[in-house]
Amino acid sequence: MRIIVPIKQVPETSNVKMDPVTGTMIREGVENVVNPLDLYAIETAIRLKEKYGGKIIVISMGPEKAVEAIKEAIAMGCDDGILLSDKKFAGSDTFATSYVLAKAIKQTGDFDLVICGERATDGDTGQVGPGIASFLDLPLSTFTSQILSVENGKITVKRLVEEGYEEIEMMLPAVLTVVKEISDPRLPTLRGKLKAKKMEIPIWDAQKIGAEGQKIGLKGSPTRVVKIFTPKVTREGEKVIVKDEKTLHQAIDKIIDYLIEKELI
Amino acid sequence: MKEVWTLAEFRHGKLNPISFELLNRGKNLAQKLNTSLASVVIGYNIKKEDIDELIKRGADKVYVVDDIRLENFMVETYAKVILKLLDEYNPDIFIAAATTIGRTLMPYIAVKKQTGLTADCTVLDIEEETENLLQTRPAIGGNILATIKTPNTKPQMATVRPHSTKPSPPDKTKKGEVIYKQFDNEAFNAKTKYIKFVKDESQQINIQDAKIIVAGGRGLGKAENFKLIEELADLLGGAVGASRDVVDRGWKTYPHQIGLSGKTVSPALYIAVGISGAIQHIAGMQTSENIIAINKDPEAQIFKISNLGIVGDLHEILPLLIERIKEYKKKGAN
Ligand SMILES: Cc1cc2nc3c(=O)[nH]c(=O)nc-3n(C[C@H](O)[C@H](O)[C@H](O)COP(=O)(O)OP(=O)(O)OC[C@H]3O[C@@H](n4cnc5c(N)ncnc54)[C@H](O)[C@@H]3O)c2cc1C
Ligand SMILES: Cc1cc2nc3c(=O)[nH]c(=O)nc-3n(C[C@H](O)[C@H](O)[C@H](O)COP(=O)(O)OP(=O)(O)OC[C@H]3O[C@@H](n4cnc5c(N)ncnc54)[C@H](O)[C@@H]3O)c2cc1C
Repeated sequence: MRIIVPIKQVPETSNVKMDPVTGTMIREGVENVVNPLDLYAIETAIRLKEKYGGKIIVISMGPEKAVEAIKEAIAMGCDDGILLSDKKFAGSDTFATSYVLAKAIKQTGDFDLVICGERATDGDTGQVGPGIASFLDLPLSTFTSQILSVENGKITVKRLVEEGYEEIEMMLPAVLTVVKEISDPRLPTLRGKLKAKKMEIPIWDAQKIGAEGQKIGLKGSPTRVVKIFTPKVTREGEKVIVKDEKTLHQAIDKIIDYLIEKELI
Repeated sequence: MKEVWTLAEFRHGKLNPISFELLNRGKNLAQKLNTSLASVVIGYNIKKEDIDELIKRGADKVYVVDDIRLENFMVETYAKVILKLLDEYNPDIFIAAATTIGRTLMPYIAVKKQTGLTADCTVLDIEEETENLLQTRPAIGGNILATIKTPNTKPQMATVRPHSTKPSPPDKTKKGEVIYKQFDNEAFNAKTKYIKFVKDESQQINIQDAKIIVAGGRGLGKAENFKLIEELADLLGGAVGASRDVVDRGWKTYPHQIGLSGKTVSPALYIAVGISGAIQHIAGMQTSENIIAINKDPEAQIFKISNLGIVGDLHEILPLLIERIKEYKKKGAN
């Protein structure tokens, strides 16, 4: 199988700090990591390769330092990587990002599967996977939680929906976005790290992938971010501290009164 | 005059009440634009009373495509059918709920229409001067809110966070127009085959639709203690949620996980028990209307976003709380 895994490099979000004045993220001292939800896509691809053989190509659109993300994926067990980097890509929304990725995927030749993360932890739209499928006119399974079989040019998957699971069968090639439930990502091996370190990652620009100028970057993006602000996250209400029997009962009274007052009981 | 469209969600033979929340949003936008509001409903065996209900809830028009080949959601066929409607009627605005259907279908359609799509919005408004749709959404794990426009292409598309607004109340006297459409075979070509739906029995109530969620975290100490959470949820008629740490430990299955790598919820009440309130957890529940937290650490982050915080040992608090709610309900019954 030939599998393409698009991954995004994102800022580590567990300790994101926001500038309270400008409402933008303070990037200084913030580490960049592979989008944590993309690790499940990488793991899924590696397991498919272990079972069916083949090759995994990781692609990422981003600045030059996104090469680190690609190398991490290779250290985990992916075979090749391509960095999509060009000033002209800057400011791409999900439409333009999906377009660039779809163009690059076509450029890599024949493939069986594209496996994306469910969403990126920064932009957080989850729109790029479906966007790629749409540009490539391929069948799509979002929120994929299990691969049931791959045979006779078809893949059968389970997807997580609101009230349970759905099973669908798709003709290959197809696009998947995967949820955490699908796998447990492995850690990079030492050998993998050495291999990744030595590897030259080719950089493809807009021209190489044959992207039309009016569909990429800020210019090619139909959406515009017009304002960014920090939500008022604090609603810090009353706090009741339980110290003894008496305060315990007071605390319970508070909860019940609250539920009654808000008509929640 | 161009219309405002909402996608009415019809699955497993039923209209999802989320459709009425969208109509509430849509009504507000259509009024500001002085235009009409329409709902699109596609599926199989759509009942007349469902269509009437959409009208009572605010739709001036309902576009209906009823076909056995639309019985189950498949993005390829659903997209083709909706694209045909969009091409014919050219609405200005098209919104859907940010459910597994909306989040799959809308980006697929937006690309084909070469237009913009804003994800998981919590506020929608109209910019007076330009009559553009202003779409506000949380991003970066809920750390920021971004307002986004699609200034040059139509329709302006958005998915809307479920339960971020109330359903519009029914107006029994309201009349509307119903437009039935049919399409030929070509619209139903797909490289996907739907096999089956398997209901998750552990999920008594769909978490994303639950009015009340009682969620447990690592503070519960062990899997068996989740019984307390389940009992409390049951008493309140709510669903059970969990933090990632709990899911990773196998105390609860993944469909219950709330947060950045789990589900995003917005219930009327969220009770967080033994959950520290890590940013990734908060990202999935901070738009809940009321939040009550129980945690033994007075400095726990979860208190920062709680309307009511109880600092104490959950093992003391939960059993007593359960007992007192039972008493309260018994009293009510008499
Ligand atoms: C605050 C904010 C809000 C935004 N809101 C919107 C919006 O509502 N609509 C919109 O169109 N754009 C929006 N954008 C722009 C959007 O974040 C970028 O287009 C981004 O490049 C991709 O979107 P995402 O991060 O949401 O990725 P997602 O769609 O969440 O990513 C899903 C998957 O696609 C793949 N993927 C995503 N990006 C890349 C990449 N660069 N390289 C390789 N694979 C990738 C990965 O597998 C990933 O797991 C917003 C940006 C910001 C800063
Ligand atoms: C990329 C990424 C994605 C993530 N996605 C998610 C996600 O989707 N959802 C999610 O939840 N997390 C997510 N996390 C993990 C998150 O960072 C936290 O690790 C997690 O939420 C912690 O779970 P917790 O609150 O149950 O456990 P802890 O942080 O360990 O908190 C346990 C709490 O219980 C309290 N406690 C202990 N004993 C008692 C007692 N007897 N009585 C009362 N209180 C008690 C403690 O004071 C503590 O506050 C993600 C992390 C990353 C990096």
